[in-house]
Amino acid sequence: MAISNHRLTTAQYEDNFRDIHPGFATRDAALVDANRCLFCYDAPCTKSCPTGIDVPKFIKQITTDNIRGSAHTIFQSNIMGGGCSRVCPVEKLCEGACVYNLMEEEAIPIARLQRYSTDIAMRERWPLFVRKPAIGKRVAVVGAGPAGLSCAHVLSREGVEVVIYEKEPKGGGLMTYGIAAYKVTPEYCEEELDYILSLGGISVVYNSSLGKDIMLPALLQEYDAVFLAYGVGLTRQLGVPGEALEGVVDAIRFIYSIRADGYPAVPVGDKVAVIGMGMTAIDAATQAKRLGASEVTLVYRRSQDEMPCTMTELEIAKLDGCRVLWLAAPLELTGEDGRVTHLRCSVMRLGDPDDSGRRSPVPTGETFTLEVDMVIKATGQKPYGELAPAVATDTKGLFAGGDCVNGGKEVVDAVEAGKNGAAAIMKYLGSR
Amino acid sequence: MANLQTNFLGIQSPNPFWLASAPPTDKKVNVLRAFEAGWGGVVWKTLGSQVKNVSSRYSAVDYHGSRVMGFNNIELISDRPLELNLREIKECVRLFPDRAMIVSLMADNDRQSWHELIKKVEDTGAHGLELNFGCPHGMTERGMGAAVGQDPAIARLVVEWVMEAATIPVITKLTPNVHSVVPTGRAAVEAGSQGLSLINTIQSVTGVDLDTFVPNPNVGGMSTFGGYCGPAVKPIALKMLTTIAQDPVTSKAPVSGIGGIGTWKDAAEFMLLGATTVQVCTAAMKYGFRIIEDLCEGLSNWMDEKGFGSIYDFIGRSVPTLTHWEDLDINYHIVAHIDPAKCIHCGLCYIACEDGSHQAIDLSYGKPYNTYTIKEPECVGCNLCKLVCPVADCITMVEQRKGPDYLNWKEFQRRGLPLNDH
Repeated sequence: MAISNHRLTTAQYEDNFRDIHPGFATRDAALVDANRCLFCYDAPCTKSCPTGIDVPKFIKQITTDNIRGSAHTIFQSNIMGGGCSRVCPVEKLCEGACVYNLMEEEAIPIARLQRYSTDIAMRERWPLFVRKPAIGKRVAVVGAGPAGLSCAHVLSREGVEVVIYEKEPKGGGLMTYGIAAYKVTPEYCEEELDYILSLGGISVVYNSSLGKDIMLPALLQEYDAVFLAYGVGLTRQLGVPGEALEGVVDAIRFIYSIRADGYPAVPVGDKVAVIGMGMTAIDAATQAKRLGASEVTLVYRRSQDEMPCTMTELEIAKLDGCRVLWLAAPLELTGEDGRVTHLRCSVMRLGDPDDSGRRSPVPTGETFTLEVDMVIKATGQKPYGELAPAVATDTKGLFAGGDCVNGGKEVVDAVEAGKNGAAAIMKYLGSR
Repeated sequence: MANLQTNFLGIQSPNPFWLASAPPTDKKVNVLRAFEAGWGGVVWKTLGSQVKNVSSRYSAVDYHGSRVMGFNNIELISDRPLELNLREIKECVRLFPDRAMIVSLMADNDRQSWHELIKKVEDTGAHGLELNFGCPHGMTERGMGAAVGQDPAIARLVVEWVMEAATIPVITKLTPNVHSVVPTGRAAVEAGSQGLSLINTIQSVTGVDLDTFVPNPNVGGMSTFGGYCGPAVKPIALKMLTTIAQDPVTSKAPVSGIGGIGTWKDAAEFMLLGATTVQVCTAAMKYGFRIIEDLCEGLSNWMDEKGFGSIYDFIGRSVPTLTHWEDLDINYHIVAHIDPAKCIHCGLCYIACEDGSHQAIDLSYGKPYNTYTIKEPECVGCNLCKLVCPVADCITMVEQRKGPDYLNWKEFQRRGLPLNDH
């Protein structure tokens, strides 16, 4: 059996893609952990959150039964606080900085508590924000992902009319299309988007691509400002022979099809190699396994010390039965009848540190070959172009932020970039 | 293994732990199970004239995830028939002759009622009587309970009636709902009460339901003041206990300490401040009689560690260390020290000192971890940082005397020494 879809039963798919971080079942359960929080001053968790959520405050508010206040505390710093509670690599952010780690004790489950408050707020559809009176300004946002939505929400709160142009038929960006479904379900992404938009003052035009359906000069003419938040493009090429063979796919596109087409429709190989060791590589590898691949091998050119994903992510992959080959770099892809059949790799060793500060992989001269029928490339994304160099661009009224500027970071970084973009836009609008 | 054997006015018990007069001691089935579990004695729930109880009866104060930090009840004295109680007391005494059986009493306010009740109770073979002068609710409206304990003259009169009839030791239980427990304590002792016990419950409202707006406990949409007890009242009880131990009249009577005792440590503290036995209720109501095991084992281990062979080696030992403020040594000075190896950078010491004390901690910014150090010249040695620090022994108080000699406030003023320069 080579690449095929419909490998599993509906029940198996449901089981394999079940939420791996279920929320607290009861208020009592949430209180046990909330009450453990020490309520640190100038808290390390808050400082380690890219959006600066006041973590001790929102947890304290859970203990005082002020869930409405708790959700407001979260959302005012991070309007995607619900989604982030599911997808953030908290072990290297808030929870990684929790002072309990320094006592060799379990960190406060901040993400789970954050999910508790935001889930209740969304279920109850609490209107936690009120728009200021309209200030007579209109801003276009390109991209309905975390950066665009975050920017739009802040602007709308300030009384700005916002129109978001989105190339996909659904909003949420990589939250909706680029993250493992067992972390955040497609249904949740829709609910989150609806909740964000329930503020009012934000309209979304779907199926509308920049450069095709809409043109930047026209936007700049029609609106008082434009915020570009169209995210990253496709995965970097491996730059090895055989990359065009059938069965060699892009991780972003693979994950996209899982989210867009549904689990049974997505074709997956028997013997899958995933190139890379970032979060996207893990999401691709684990989901390939969960779609029914019998062997999934992660191939990474450096060692575990240099890997970009967190230990928690690595553990998920290992628990799913994925194999990891460290110090292995793709050298060549070969196939039969145009379909990929083998991946030849160089055995690497660690040399001197490179620009990233990590020790660089150096070929040892030895090679080995893996039998494969599918290769998923997850070696980092590259921006669509050099359109968006910073928060405020050289073009008057044009701003940008998120993955299209930083080349691809966490959702929570994009949310912060959207807030910063909104602040810059408000300053610009006020100065005109 | 230390000897926990206790002799209170000749009443023997294998350990100093008695169950206080309350629901756990209101019937034979409970008391027998308590004795089987190992309790040294019980004070049988107050006997008196017939009463009727309401529903609900209890409410509590929870704190930071911990249930029943404080406990409140509006239950009256025993509502079981007197003859049934007397019969069961007799059986319990027969089945467990080595345990202390004290019976709490609250007769109607006349000599004859007291005499009749005492006679009946003594016929059971009980070892002692405890006079309930403290119940703060329900009975006070009828001129009983705290209504007696709040007026030393009435208390004296009732104790005199009691002593005319009683042939077994009498313990008077004091109410804390007074400015000082000493006047009533003195009146009781002067009228012949051989022992004292304290404290009874404190009048309270534990809280208000924020949905119904009715305070707790709710009795059909209304509430009433209840008696407060549990861990929350322990500090108040310890203070009142100490005033009894310091008074020349009341200090002559052995005391049974009551008020928030749930662990052997609580018990040791009560005993260090003068209690010979201790009475437990709320903790037993929350966890059951099984807590007696650690009460005994913990106290015994601590006594072994300290070299105390019997409880009489330490009862009252801390009383002389409680003095008047103006006798404290002004030259004694301590400053806080933060152990950087133990600090977890939570910042709780900093914000407590900054907003709540003397701005004596320096914050050196770090991402994500700030560094905190004590500004020694600013530190007044108040303990606040140490109290809020979540890490044991991270903050220690280091002695830095202001002068070599003992110097109290009276002497300080007499010499006309300068006050603080602020």
